[in-house]
Amino acid sequence: MVAIPSRHRSLVLLTIVVVAQVLLLAIQIQRTGQEGENRSLIRSWSVGLISPFERAGAWGVGKVRGTWRHYFALSDAAKENERLKQENDSLKLEITQLHGKAAEADRLAKLLNFRESQAKVPMIGARVIAASPDANSAVIYLDRGQRDGIKKNMGVITADGVVGKVIESFSDTAQVLLITDRDSGVGAMIEESRIQSPVGGNGEPLLTMKYVSNDDEVSVGQHVVTSGMDRIFPRDLPVGTIVEAKPGSPPFKQVRLRPAANLEKLEEVIVLLTTDPLVMKKEPAASSATDSSSAGGKDAVAAAMPGKRAQEPKPQEKPR
Amino acid sequence: MNDAFDLRIGETHIEVYKFRGGTILFVTILALLAQAFLPVYFPKVSILDLPLLITIYFGLSRRNPSTGLLLGMVIGLLQDSLSKTPLGLFGLSKTLIGFAASSIGGKLDTEHPAARFALTAVFFALHQGIVVLIQRLLLAHAEPWFTVRMAIAALVNAVVGVIVYFLMDRLRKS
Repeated sequence: MVAIPSRHRSLVLLTIVVVAQVLLLAIQIQRTGQEGENRSLIRSWSVGLISPFERAGAWGVGKVRGTWRHYFALSDAAKENERLKQENDSLKLEITQLHGKAAEADRLAKLLNFRESQAKVPMIGARVIAASPDANSAVIYLDRGQRDGIKKNMGVITADGVVGKVIESFSDTAQVLLITDRDSGVGAMIEESRIQSPVGGNGEPLLTMKYVSNDDEVSVGQHVVTSGMDRIFPRDLPVGTIVEAKPGSPPFKQVRLRPAANLEKLEEVIVLLTTDPLVMKKEPAASSATDSSSAGGKDAVAAAMPGKRAQEPKPQEKPR
Repeated sequence: MNDAFDLRIGETHIEVYKFRGGTILFVTILALLAQAFLPVYFPKVSILDLPLLITIYFGLSRRNPSTGLLLGMVIGLLQDSLSKTPLGLFGLSKTLIGFAASSIGGKLDTEHPAARFALTAVFFALHQGIVVLIQRLLLAHAEPWFTVRMAIAALVNAVVGVIVYFLMDRLRKS
């Protein structure tokens, strides 16, 4: 028991008595609240006395809880973060797959439209399953082969333009030489002027139009289409767009063009199931045949005679 | 038992008085009865606060703060119980006056009538101040801190107190 000095006993006693009587008063006194209700003063005091501690306690607990949640309980946040990352990656992958599928659907729709527009031309769709491991040769492999009617020297195209030709056909696989290969070539002509010249590759992304006279008018941006003279591709299939035309070693210009087909991102192609001369629906106009060179005139004749073989192509136009 | 004993504080010689048995209880009850009874017939007597005078007197005579504050508390609570005021209003104020009177009584010679007059007037004013403070703080009553009537009452009670104290001195043990 704590001993209270005698000189302080009366003060302690006074304090006790005063507090006791204040409490006694507070119990009796009724205060009218803001809403007119009567409330004992002791209750108001008690609430007033306790509520700051309650508020302080709630504030402290809130702070501690917040600190715990934000700083110490990071294991849950880390787990959640990891889960969200995985979910994000999964969604990204899904989006990529959907984009791919959408692009594939677009490509297939283009091919389908092309097939529908060329209903009389026998063709089959194939999927690119591999490319050549040799960097010096532009070769791809298709998932269709002899069982599907694919034979050597058949043309391979996309809805955008010429891709190449089949150089080997296996039972379920076909090997295609792209037109960008240095050993490749396709009979072609400038769409507007009907100037004919074989187009071949040189191992680069751009193609070369090999025999255009320095006297011929050639300008950048002109479109080059198949001439049909190679007996592989029908006429007027897009080959590419001229991106460079300048005088070369006489007597020919140096003409380079970008392939119409996106050869670097081939996924689906169309194989023309015939080695006979083909005529596309787009009939050449008589005027254009007249304006064309003599070779263009032959093409026009060949186009006008479906089912018949066109004239033999010039030696330089024969695909290699 | 000694009738009185010396309380020496420094060089001051102060006597502590004792009373016959039951004197304090009898006088307290008498004061409360008179405070309740006389104003019925003599309304102006209500200006007196006889329980306060008793508290002051015994505080100054006994000179023991603990006894003084307890006596003030009892007298005040009894006065509260006989009035319509909340229990503790006069109890609290008379507790403080009892404590103050007994504390001062232990330091000063309060036997002289002039000292008794002055101390009674001051304690009366202090008592009224405490009552007003409690009424303002706890009861939310806007009682004035000072009125002329209060000042007159302080003087009247001081005068009456000097007389009552003189009479009560007779009740001390000789």
